[in-house]
Amino acid sequence: MSGTPTTGHPIEASTSEAKALRRKREATPASIPAVRRGDALDVSRLPSYGFGTRSLMWWGTAGMSAIEAMGFALMIVVYFDLKSRAQVWPNEGPPPDLLWGSLNMGLAFVSMIPNVLANKAADDHDLRKVRLWLVAVIVVGLALLGVRWLEFHALHVRWDSSAYGSAVWTLLGLHTFNLLTNIVDFIVIAGVVFKGPVDGKRFVDVSENAGYWWFIVLSWIPIYAVIYWGPRF
Amino acid sequence: MTDASSLRGGAMPRGRRQKALRARADAEIGPGEVELDGAGWGSKAAHALEPAWRDKPGLLGWLETNDHKRIGKRFIVTAFLFFLAAGLASAVMRAQLAFPDSHLVGPDLYNQLFTMHGTTMMFIFAVPVMQGMAIYLVPLMVGTRNTAFPRMTACAYWLYLLGALSLWFGFAINTGADAGWFAYVPLAGPEYGTGKRMDLWNNLINLTEAMGLMVAVDVSTVILKMRAPGMSLRRMPIFVWSALVTSLMIIFAMPSVMLAANLAQFDRMFGTHFFNPAEGGDVLVWQHLFWFFGHPEVYFIFIPGLGFISTIIPTFARRPLFGHTAVVLSMIATGFLAFGLWVHHMFATNLPELGKSFFTAMSMMIAIPTAVQIFCWIATLWTGRINLRAPLLFVLGFFFILVLGGMTGIMVGSVPFDLQVHDSYFVVAHLHYVLLGGAVFPLFGAFFYWFPKFTGRMLGERLGRWQFWLFFVGFNVAFFPMHLLGLEGMPRRIYTYAAETGWGPLNLIATIGAAVIAVSVLLFVVNVARSLAKGPLAGDDPWAAPTLEWATHSPPPAFNFVALPVVASREPRWAREADEPTHVSGLSAQTREGLVTTVLDALPDVRYSYPSPTIWPFVAAITVVTWLFWSNVTPSGMWYGLIPPTIAFILWYWPTRKETAEQQLLQRRP
Repeated sequence: MSGTPTTGHPIEASTSEAKALRRKREATPASIPAVRRGDALDVSRLPSYGFGTRSLMWWGTAGMSAIEAMGFALMIVVYFDLKSRAQVWPNEGPPPDLLWGSLNMGLAFVSMIPNVLANKAADDHDLRKVRLWLVAVIVVGLALLGVRWLEFHALHVRWDSSAYGSAVWTLLGLHTFNLLTNIVDFIVIAGVVFKGPVDGKRFVDVSENAGYWWFIVLSWIPIYAVIYWGPRF
Repeated sequence: MTDASSLRGGAMPRGRRQKALRARADAEIGPGEVELDGAGWGSKAAHALEPAWRDKPGLLGWLETNDHKRIGKRFIVTAFLFFLAAGLASAVMRAQLAFPDSHLVGPDLYNQLFTMHGTTMMFIFAVPVMQGMAIYLVPLMVGTRNTAFPRMTACAYWLYLLGALSLWFGFAINTGADAGWFAYVPLAGPEYGTGKRMDLWNNLINLTEAMGLMVAVDVSTVILKMRAPGMSLRRMPIFVWSALVTSLMIIFAMPSVMLAANLAQFDRMFGTHFFNPAEGGDVLVWQHLFWFFGHPEVYFIFIPGLGFISTIIPTFARRPLFGHTAVVLSMIATGFLAFGLWVHHMFATNLPELGKSFFTAMSMMIAIPTAVQIFCWIATLWTGRINLRAPLLFVLGFFFILVLGGMTGIMVGSVPFDLQVHDSYFVVAHLHYVLLGGAVFPLFGAFFYWFPKFTGRMLGERLGRWQFWLFFVGFNVAFFPMHLLGLEGMPRRIYTYAAETGWGPLNLIATIGAAVIAVSVLLFVVNVARSLAKGPLAGDDPWAAPTLEWATHSPPPAFNFVALPVVASREPRWAREADEPTHVSGLSAQTREGLVTTVLDALPDVRYSYPSPTIWPFVAAITVVTWLFWSNVTPSGMWYGLIPPTIAFILWYWPTRKETAEQQLLQRRP
């Protein structure tokens, strides 16, 4: 259906509602707008992928993060419910050592540097830097996992000795599971960008996994606070 | 044919390597030109779409498919078969209760029967069938070619199927779950729930809730990002709104029951003490976590029902819905309020009385948005020209039954009344009035309405009317007496009762009603079978309906639309603006390409290459199920069992040469 090309009449100009909306903001959503040709709206010149909220996978990741955040939040609720029912808390043994958990908090913040840089390199389609910062974030991530191992040993309680033990092990375990998943994701994506061929969508993958890493780091703040400071107040 | 050089230009890094890739793209996909869509049926582009979207033939293609229509139909058919199975379980229970002192089944089997019935109806039938309808209908209604994450949809189906089969397999070998559909601890815990029965139940929860969450993320992404150009949020069909509200509710509610099932399973497998008061645990946490999910669950069965009704009524009243905006806002309000009701299932526990009165207030309040919708529907019918066909009949049945269920809901929403009838047959009557009235009646209406789209054939109208009247009468005969039985003090979940209680006659009436329902459902099965064999052909749009799913063939081709529609009004099939574009052009017809649009206004933004079908979602589902069962047998399975799913998920993601070549060919940098 090849009508007369009437460039300059993209769909957003065709409804008064959209016109009003467009006045309110600076940029049009598409870098190259769809073009009206006769009865048709020609989208062949639109980009074939996009970053951030323009990517479907961003929405998928956001949904999954919401689900996991809900899981963490509910587990924290369970922790405090059990705490509210206990005479003494922790109901056996000393509270967990602060050292390894706090170190991991620091490492988590450090990991944000290569993570943000990997994200930026992906936005710029800079393959060399993407590879570099992916490796860096994986290294810090593995260090996090190593310290996490020590954290479990510093809890001073077994999961099956009391409800307190069950709660801290599960809370720490849930976060560890997510941490592990995201590191495996990073390793797999690194495998793809090192092996090649790399098409534009792979840069979006890097960007999205880097976005998910934010969730891992930010969710560690309340979980760390509950596990390590909950028994001290 | 359009020269694809414009498509390929401005793409990616340059150099020899890139040239080699381009050569490979040519070899894999064809010459250096891409056939673009946008022309009508019978055009060259339409012929190119067919092979691009066709699944492989045979078993492999069947296992691999990620076509939302095939998967949606699988969800619906599977859920319906389990609906029949759970219905048979209830038939046995009704036969047992028809007379006092009956010994047809013993107490142990009876426990399994009511648990299997409730669990199946809620987790294996109601939620999946509604999600299946959304998977099938939403992409068609918003005018796109597949769901956003079609492989995830495929995987979700297999998880669901395997979970459901394992629960029923357990029942067949006397390992059926037996602690009720809400599986209260300590009854379901390690101390009283010995054996593998409740392990199977916990597995089922993990699998069906994983399915529900995956589908919810998928459907909400389709709705927010893949609507046809011009379909701004204010022009979005009501059923799509209902699917969006439901999906968002699922995302925030289902993690709760999944967490609960896992904590229970940890108690059973690893000796944790979440629900063990002797070691500082708390049994009430189970009830909170379960009902924080369980009450919203009622609404994610009910809200799609509202969506069906708001879709069916305008078509058969032949006018746009009265109060469209009010109806949308009411559904959203219902979604929010539904999260503030869970404690009304726990009025018989020792929670603070002041807290309970908050939940009473919320329980009353949620009646308001439902009432708003009912008034809007009445206004639509009142001012329309009614065409009383089977789908509308079921909707009218809904009015009567749901209003009755809502009334008893307001009664049990108050603490003193609830304490009198808690765990009695009054509650059984109430919940069946709400769930069958709110979900099953609209669902049958929806089956009659969309069956022509699903299959290309009409369901028989005469049999449909018989089915409706038998169902309507049978339902009331079966469940109305249960109100009275409950008020007389008959507790739920008892396997028999003594003749002196005087409950015999009402129970016999209820059983007769159940038999009438069974005949009605049988008529539906006959109707479907007859229609599939020799039903009249439906044509694209047998109801002269306003929404986009009727703008393509019945059943739709694999690619849904030969050219994606452009929307300029709320009823795109009824009202057409003269000066608007009618369709999209310029997407690749040789590969699976679609369009991503903006969230609020649905302006075209990015082209999107749909993932191709692959076997890995199926394999991943099998490995996940294996992992769960392995961990039931030995705790180390929890860790080693994770390895196969990890491998399957990596292979699922790993881009094939063909996919990379396609990307290279169509690539245009943002």
